[in-house]
Amino acid sequence: MAKATSKSAKKKSKADAKKTKNAKNAKNAKNTKKTKKKAGAATKASGPKRNGKQIPFVDYLVLGKTPYLRANECKSCAARFFDRRNACASCSGTEFKRARVKNRGIVTSFSIVAMGPQPYVSAIVDCDGTSVRTTLIGVEPTPEKVTLGMPVKLATYPMGLDTEGTEAIAFGFAPA
Amino acid sequence: MASGDVWILGANMTKFGKRPNDDVIDLAAEAAMAALADGGVTMADIGILGVGNLMNAGAGIGQQLQKQVGQTGIPVYNVANACATGATALRVAIMAVKAGETDMGMAVGVEKLAGAGLLGQGGPRAASDTWQPNGRYGALGSTEGRIGTNIMPGVFAQVGMEYGHKYGGTSFELFAKISEKNHAHSTLNPLAAYQKRFSLDEIMNDVMIAYPNTRPMCSGNCDGAAAMVVVSDAKLKKLSRAQQKRAVKISASVLTSDPWQESCQVLPDVNTLTRNAAEQAYEQAGIGPADLDLVELHDCFATAELVHYDNLLLCEQGGAADFFESGAPWRDGSMPVNVSGGLQSKGHPIAATGIANIYEVATHLRGEAKDRQIKGAKVGLAHVIGLGSACGVHILEKAA
Repeated sequence: MAKATSKSAKKKSKADAKKTKNAKNAKNAKNTKKTKKKAGAATKASGPKRNGKQIPFVDYLVLGKTPYLRANECKSCAARFFDRRNACASCSGTEFKRARVKNRGIVTSFSIVAMGPQPYVSAIVDCDGTSVRTTLIGVEPTPEKVTLGMPVKLATYPMGLDTEGTEAIAFGFAPA
Repeated sequence: MASGDVWILGANMTKFGKRPNDDVIDLAAEAAMAALADGGVTMADIGILGVGNLMNAGAGIGQQLQKQVGQTGIPVYNVANACATGATALRVAIMAVKAGETDMGMAVGVEKLAGAGLLGQGGPRAASDTWQPNGRYGALGSTEGRIGTNIMPGVFAQVGMEYGHKYGGTSFELFAKISEKNHAHSTLNPLAAYQKRFSLDEIMNDVMIAYPNTRPMCSGNCDGAAAMVVVSDAKLKKLSRAQQKRAVKISASVLTSDPWQESCQVLPDVNTLTRNAAEQAYEQAGIGPADLDLVELHDCFATAELVHYDNLLLCEQGGAADFFESGAPWRDGSMPVNVSGGLQSKGHPIAATGIANIYEVATHLRGEAKDRQIKGAKVGLAHVIGLGSACGVHILEKAA
């Protein structure tokens, strides 16, 4: 699944591929729903038309020409958090600013989670001092292909359309 | 017996495993009654009760236990603190005795977990036909598999792999060998849920759960309870010579949570708080790691055991792989670790674990561990960690 989706992410700009891709995505979304008991948006192969809107899978993924992850950074000690804090867990400071996390990093830890229909690689990526938890995409989930210290970069892929035609975009990290 | 010391007077753990005919209260009562009998006391002597249970944290298991074994009107504290729940319940009793509120207390940890499956997956989401951001990260669906993993075998696999990235020397085989050791140890422990010895090949070729942890390298969800009676120094002096002889001194009792670390936002840091707890415990006890005769540490997964050799200062920083390869943590080695079989074989009924590991150490110090006895054991350490995180470290010493 990871492989296929990262490939389709690369094809993102090809307008004429859209229709078939939609069907594919919808199928993917359906499969995911079935196998993981996850309720996302239900889409039919013949279903909704793309309405031009996109929504990130999590709110710290910023979409656009060059997608990136955004952290809340403590103004006094620069500690970063992907969710909100009332006071900094590191220094108790109460002022934060938004910070852009580097899109490239190295894998400092991983596990190949083998339960369920498809194995996937969970990894911790050190993006220039900011640790990110991610699923690795575009790489075979085997200990031969995934290695500690491997360089990776942020990549996004579509998750499918909802009934209003809004497309959800998720992120992963792929070999750089 | 110095003034202010707190002692273990009675201790018990039930057989761990599948206990379909016993409910939570049955298990808690079994351990509690046995610990009281072991200490030669009754509920009438107990001034405070700490009860740990995670799966029914709001159910007042402590009061239900009192109804089962004795409603004497004493204060009961129901506690939940992840996998450190049992150690936390014990700390409640120890702190009350130390504070002089009572001279005798009891702690019980109990869990019914057989067949609970993988922990950490979170519940299902409500269906919707449009994308709905939900929760703290505004996620459109379950993050499991989409943003790495939250399930325990995967999280702790990453804990071990991270150590490998930092210091090198780790491999799938090394982690499997740790599991081989604990399963070998378990054959001598009749209270363990699983007492089967596995060869290295069997472990490595078993079902992969989350690389590099195969099934035998994961702790088993099971049922069980453990209980402990603690007593003040002054009260112990008034008890019989037989009770005094079997009493075990609690030389250190420490509970820590994790101080901020950069990476703990995305992968729980089980290292810093364990190291902090160990350092505080050694200082409290006035001993060093070299003085230990045995250690029970929290091997919820084989990958976790490795990092705690280092965190508990049993080896040099970064030297955990070499420490294991030297044979030190085998029961005939220089620093026996998890001679009970560890959580991988003994089982991990969450709230019972933090008392059961102390029971194991105390039993060796009393010279009552039968076939698995570490000969001449005088000092031991028990460690437990719950994600989130909470870490308990206790150092015990044989009565002089």
